[in-house]
Amino acid sequence: MDIVFYITAFVTVISTIMVITRHNPVHALLYLIISLLSISVIFFLLGAPFAALLEIIIYAGAIMVLFIFVIMLLNLGKETARQEKEWLKPKVWIGPAILSAILFVELFYLITIADVAPYNLQTVDPKTVAISLFRPYLIGVELAAMLLMAGVVGAAHIGQHKKMILHRFLKEEGRL
Amino acid sequence: MSIILPYLLMIVVLLFTLTTIAAWLIWLERRMLALWQDRYGPNRAGPFGLLIVVADTIKLFFKEDWIPPFADKTIFVIAPTLIGATVLMSFVIIPYAPGILIADLSIGLLFFLAMSSLGVYSIVLGGWASNNKYSLLGALRGASQMISYEVFMGLSLMGVVMLSGSFRLTDIVLAQKGGWFIITQPVGFVIFMIAGIAETHRLPFDIPEAESELVAGFHSEYSGMKFGMFFIGEYLGITLISAMAVTLFFGGWLGPAFLPPLIWFALKTFIFILFFILLRASLPRPRYDQLMEYGWKVLLPVALLNLLITGGIVLMMNK
Repeated sequence: MDIVFYITAFVTVISTIMVITRHNPVHALLYLIISLLSISVIFFLLGAPFAALLEIIIYAGAIMVLFIFVIMLLNLGKETARQEKEWLKPKVWIGPAILSAILFVELFYLITIADVAPYNLQTVDPKTVAISLFRPYLIGVELAAMLLMAGVVGAAHIGQHKKMILHRFLKEEGRL
Repeated sequence: MSIILPYLLMIVVLLFTLTTIAAWLIWLERRMLALWQDRYGPNRAGPFGLLIVVADTIKLFFKEDWIPPFADKTIFVIAPTLIGATVLMSFVIIPYAPGILIADLSIGLLFFLAMSSLGVYSIVLGGWASNNKYSLLGALRGASQMISYEVFMGLSLMGVVMLSGSFRLTDIVLAQKGGWFIITQPVGFVIFMIAGIAETHRLPFDIPEAESELVAGFHSEYSGMKFGMFFIGEYLGITLISAMAVTLFFGGWLGPAFLPPLIWFALKTFIFILFFILLRASLPRPRYDQLMEYGWKVLLPVALLNLLITGGIVLMMNK
């Protein structure tokens, strides 16, 4: 099991790095999808199959498709790739890279000194997730629902527009 | 090794059966369409024209496998494989008969939904990588259609999950011993079928490829076996949705004892496949905005209402 975990973690890290370094936005998004998929495998390995599949359904299956959708609509061509290349100069990434390297060393140190408990393989089934969502964390669920509702109403408001109905002889304004 | 071997064998047999079925569905579809439209259909190659599939496959293999110079080559090649891979992955969780299944996941139904949501990428990436305006339009339509109908598909199945109390498909089949879920969940079934047709982008919802408007939509630029992969993927999709409808609403392998369970399963699935073909023969394609409006304004409220009523009744029965 350990070796599977390390392979998946390796894939995740590599694909995430690729997301940042690709110049073509669609290629970057594809690596992001791979990164999400491998994270879902990690969830699966850690005994949370429900979370793993929700990760695929919601992030990889819906949100990323919308990202690609928008990028397709924007029709970004070679010009954008060139621009991206210019933005990704060492001057830009060297600062964050050093800072995150420090964090990585700290993390490595913490992992090596602590006696790491082997991950517990207690599977969390959908029922457990549902019970914890609707008993102790009910308020969180309700608040999230309100936030989403506000988002939906906002989107509906922004998307609302007057529709022009044009006939050959007749011009009238109607509401969509 | 002795544990892995039967699994490997089963996977190989299943893979072989499914691809064969998908290939011969092309013949079946052409023959049935012809029958319903008072024509003969392909009847020259072999008995009843059965060998037309072999001829078609040979033709596809010998066609020039052309990658347009303006296309994004890597993605252009990857896109057709995705649809076949994701659909075939879904077959892993279907219980064909007691003991004949590959993975009895406790979250099987969610796995099916996850795989069908990943299938969108095939269309989106194929259309985008072709770098052609018709393909791009097809891809955009495909993406929005499949994302929206996924929502209703998931919601329509939750009634079944409530009644059986499990995401595991074997449990769902066994829970139908007293009566198939089509009796208690007719609304869920109708929504699932409509969403299933939209997910496999079959007629009447073949808007991503609409020949009369978009040449061939997202696969305009594809030729040879790459086009063949899209084609096979579509027929695999039909088989998958039929098999899922049988498992979830029509009692899976259950049936009177004079036939073995596997035969019952195959028979029911076959009837649904014929239903898919009949749909193609009889219904016209809706306009694009009509499709989206129908989904969000009719199917979503109905699916939610179905869920609410089912939940209420289940609670009342448990009291």
